[in-house]
Amino acid sequence: MKWHNVKYLVLRRTVQIGLLVLYFMGNWYGWKVLQGDLSASMIFGKIPLSDPFAVLQIFATGAVVATNALIGALIIVLFYGIIGGRAFCSWVCPVNLVTDLAAWLRRKLLIDRIERKVWISRNIRYYMIVLALIVSALVGLAAFEVVSPITILNRGIVFGMGAGMGLIVAIFLFDLFVVKNGWCGHVCPLGGVHSIIGRYSLIRVRHNSDNCTLCMKCKTVCPEVEVLGMIGKRSEFVSRGECTNCGRCVDVCDDDALGFELRNFLETNTGGKE
Amino acid sequence: MDEKKAKKTPISPRRRFFTDLAYTAGLGVMGGLLWAGYTEKAKSSPLTLRPPAALDEPDFLKTCIKCGLCSEACYNRPSNIDRDTGKPRPRTLKMAEAQDDVTIGTPFFIPREVPCYMCDDIPCVTACPTGALDVAKVTNPKTGELDYTMMDMGIAVVDDNSCIAFWGLQCDACYRACPLMDKALRLEYAKNERTGKHAFLKPVVDMHACTGCGLCEKACVTEKPAIFVLPREVALGKPGAHYVKGWDKKDQQRVQERVGKDVTTHDKRSAKNPMDYLNKGVEY
Repeated sequence: MKWHNVKYLVLRRTVQIGLLVLYFMGNWYGWKVLQGDLSASMIFGKIPLSDPFAVLQIFATGAVVATNALIGALIIVLFYGIIGGRAFCSWVCPVNLVTDLAAWLRRKLLIDRIERKVWISRNIRYYMIVLALIVSALVGLAAFEVVSPITILNRGIVFGMGAGMGLIVAIFLFDLFVVKNGWCGHVCPLGGVHSIIGRYSLIRVRHNSDNCTLCMKCKTVCPEVEVLGMIGKRSEFVSRGECTNCGRCVDVCDDDALGFELRNFLETNTGGKE
Repeated sequence: MDEKKAKKTPISPRRRFFTDLAYTAGLGVMGGLLWAGYTEKAKSSPLTLRPPAALDEPDFLKTCIKCGLCSEACYNRPSNIDRDTGKPRPRTLKMAEAQDDVTIGTPFFIPREVPCYMCDDIPCVTACPTGALDVAKVTNPKTGELDYTMMDMGIAVVDDNSCIAFWGLQCDACYRACPLMDKALRLEYAKNERTGKHAFLKPVVDMHACTGCGLCEKACVTEKPAIFVLPREVALGKPGAHYVKGWDKKDQQRVQERVGKDVTTHDKRSAKNPMDYLNKGVEY
């Protein structure tokens, strides 16, 4: 295996696992680098970070949060909104490790080749956002936060795993046997929120159709295939917010037809039209 | 024939729109009800003891973002290092997992396992990013400094049937463990009439001073602690505004302030003339 075929994968796993290690050390050894969990954290005991969707749900319950949580959410929104895009999902979220494993197994066990009987819309995540906010308002408890596999797995790793592991196994099986990229690519409302936040981010994958040999390796590995509509057709940026900037397409491309670039909004062909 | 015709009839765009709308709404309501039902159930954990300075349970559940910074601050505080081993002791504040009977991801503590040691810098409260643990609740309004005696996690309750001090045995383990000794927990002396020559040293909790730290529960010598901490809203009653302590100046003040306001009880019975009550009796 050549380095250029795994470069972003290795980088991504390093960041992903590194963050979990920092959270773990912050909890068990009092390291001040990164404390808390993905719902809200502290960097060096000074800079707050918080999950904008969790804060939104708290607002929906009718409660107000202290300024630290507000500033934290703002930092996250600005970072991903301007720079990272939907990178949270593939570079940070621990559930990505589970669902990527399921997707990899699907390819290896040839489950992908079996005709898929279950079809669900990729827009469910956006309905889930609305539903989460309505339920939060009705019940008076941040509704997604009590079922979120993201925080359950994250807390499990940082504080100690319990029965919540069952939900993670369920999602693994769902992704493996029911729907390809089912959780992250269809259902997860946090993914939906990050798709919206990262819609206009600067870091983007760009396709150069002149180099493309139509091998379609990128479409095999992409967890959000619908964003790669331009492959082999037009040279343009992957502009849809659903792209997680995971860089797997860049990795597997042997023809230098895909790469990360700073988005040029002035380029004529930047729109999401296909 | 008719059935075949019906199948072939194209769905007009308008019909499609409304059918789609009904479809989405139907699924949304179904999912929403399931979700709301689970969330409502997940919310109910009435016997949970929360960290110091937590907002009232409904507000706390709304505001807590489940980040665990309080739990980490509790575990990593310098005073938690065991002098013998040099390692931190188990933490007071745990994060609820799915199998705990507590809303998932929220901090809580079980005093008989690890009580709250009432740190004077209260690191758990100052770590909270959302205000679910409210610094103002443990800040002395006069000095503006943190005051651990203002904590109110719960209240200690004594089961005098299983407390051996109530049998006449000499035990003051809880009393000596109390960080607010003689304020939150005092010993009441009484004569043991059974023997005629011994004393009872009965532990009595003061509801105003007790913070619910649970050091008494941890110290209790009986097989299952005879003194234990419950959330205040579970353990405490409420006499109602119309009972007045005639000997208490503050309570008298309360009545003074209500003079001029209507303090009469109005119900079906009060609408009748008292004479009717005497002459005709009352229908229940």
